[in-house]
Amino acid sequence: MTAESTPRPLHPPSDSDIELRLLMEAIYLKYSYDFRDYTGASQKRRVLHALAQFKLPSISALQERVLHEPAMFAQLLQYLTIPVSEMFRDPAYFLALRRQVVPVLHTYASLKIWVAGCSTGEEVFSLAILLHEEGLLERTRIYATDINPASLEKARQGIFPLEAIRSYTANYQRAGGQRAFSDYYTAAYEAARFDPGLCADVIFADHSLATDSVFAETQLVSCRNVLIYFNRQLQDRALGLFHESLCHRGFLGLGAKESIDFSGYAGRFDVLARSERLFRKAG
Amino acid sequence: MTKKLPSERRIEAVVIGASAGGVDALMKLFDDLPAGWRLPVVVVIHLPEEHESRLAEVFAARLPFAVEEARDKAPVEAGTLYFAPPGYHLSIERQRSFSLSCEPPVLFSRPAIDVLMSSAADTYGPALAGILLTGANGDGAQGLLDVHRAGGLTIVQDPAEAMVATMPQAAIDAHAPDFVLSLRAIRALMLRLDSHHAD
Repeated sequence: MTAESTPRPLHPPSDSDIELRLLMEAIYLKYSYDFRDYTGASQKRRVLHALAQFKLPSISALQERVLHEPAMFAQLLQYLTIPVSEMFRDPAYFLALRRQVVPVLHTYASLKIWVAGCSTGEEVFSLAILLHEEGLLERTRIYATDINPASLEKARQGIFPLEAIRSYTANYQRAGGQRAFSDYYTAAYEAARFDPGLCADVIFADHSLATDSVFAETQLVSCRNVLIYFNRQLQDRALGLFHESLCHRGFLGLGAKESIDFSGYAGRFDVLARSERLFRKAG
Repeated sequence: MTKKLPSERRIEAVVIGASAGGVDALMKLFDDLPAGWRLPVVVVIHLPEEHESRLAEVFAARLPFAVEEARDKAPVEAGTLYFAPPGYHLSIERQRSFSLSCEPPVLFSRPAIDVLMSSAADTYGPALAGILLTGANGDGAQGLLDVHRAGGLTIVQDPAEAMVATMPQAAIDAHAPDFVLSLRAIRALMLRLDSHHAD
């Protein structure tokens, strides 16, 4: 047998591997947050980062605190999730939405869109602006879900740092934006507050792709740079939820480097725009 | 440096980090590598995030074996040269598959060499070779140290030869690498590691 044919661990799990697994098990049993099927390398980095910030000597020490102090878990949750996002990230994605998905969305009298793993809301506001310009926002309900309550609260406020607006504006223009980006926000101090009207029919809700089920039939699911943190098993669970939620021939958008090729759902979505990562539920 | 390669050492994967001057250095390093090349080689090179990388295309045209951009959850295959996609950190998971992440940049870099090397060190332990080339920041020094601590082989381009010495020098300051070599000598060492691997 060659070395390549059967991937196997070259050495037994390290202490930190064991501690990480025990920590995730403890979090699941105590708080019902399921990080057990997240990818190991980035999870380890984030926990080690948290350890350094909390000035704790080991993951086991962190586990003890997390188990007995719910406030400690709330803090750790901010490290375990990745609240990194930007408006109109990957402009080509939004341009493809405008050109290839919006015309079909116009054929529905009312729309439901699910932004899964919405983090601090940058993508929700981007989509709302796009839908507004395409005359669809008034007939659309957006479900914006995430597991992190602190992120959801930030998303609800729609306030983003002013220093980021310059790059968001460039993204917006490259995404086919039709107006002055500044029409959508008011600048005050160091922040840009986006028009709350954009979110009049957005429901921000706590939802876990690891443990919760489908809550609505939708025409479009946008879930970008979330699946990369999941192992294949959990990716399949999430894709299963999207497939179930989507209406006949509904649309799915993923992150620029995400793929369904290695999932059990590879044959159950058609590719609509390969490099923009837009898919359509197979008929 | 004339340190001998322990004969029992069997390398299963090579990770390489480079920054300023890195594309030229890689061209020299990979020049004329043979068609029967067996080891997986995974490269992080710093490039502006907004540009779609053409590195895989450029090197595929020059090399007689598979060259790809590493894809999330794809297995690490033998005989393949991988590049990290711009704008994402690249890790190697315990299952010997790739994972991507949008965590914040490390030392202003995403992808970061530290991220690739540390995760690969966890996965391959002593069966990993880490190579750090020319560059203008300190990314990679911690990652290469992690490779060393996991028992892996560490190789640094001679700062005197590197187009920008900062990155190899930072690695040398962080630990005593197994080898500090010219590109030509690193290339010869890679060929030796690959022939051991193929035995």
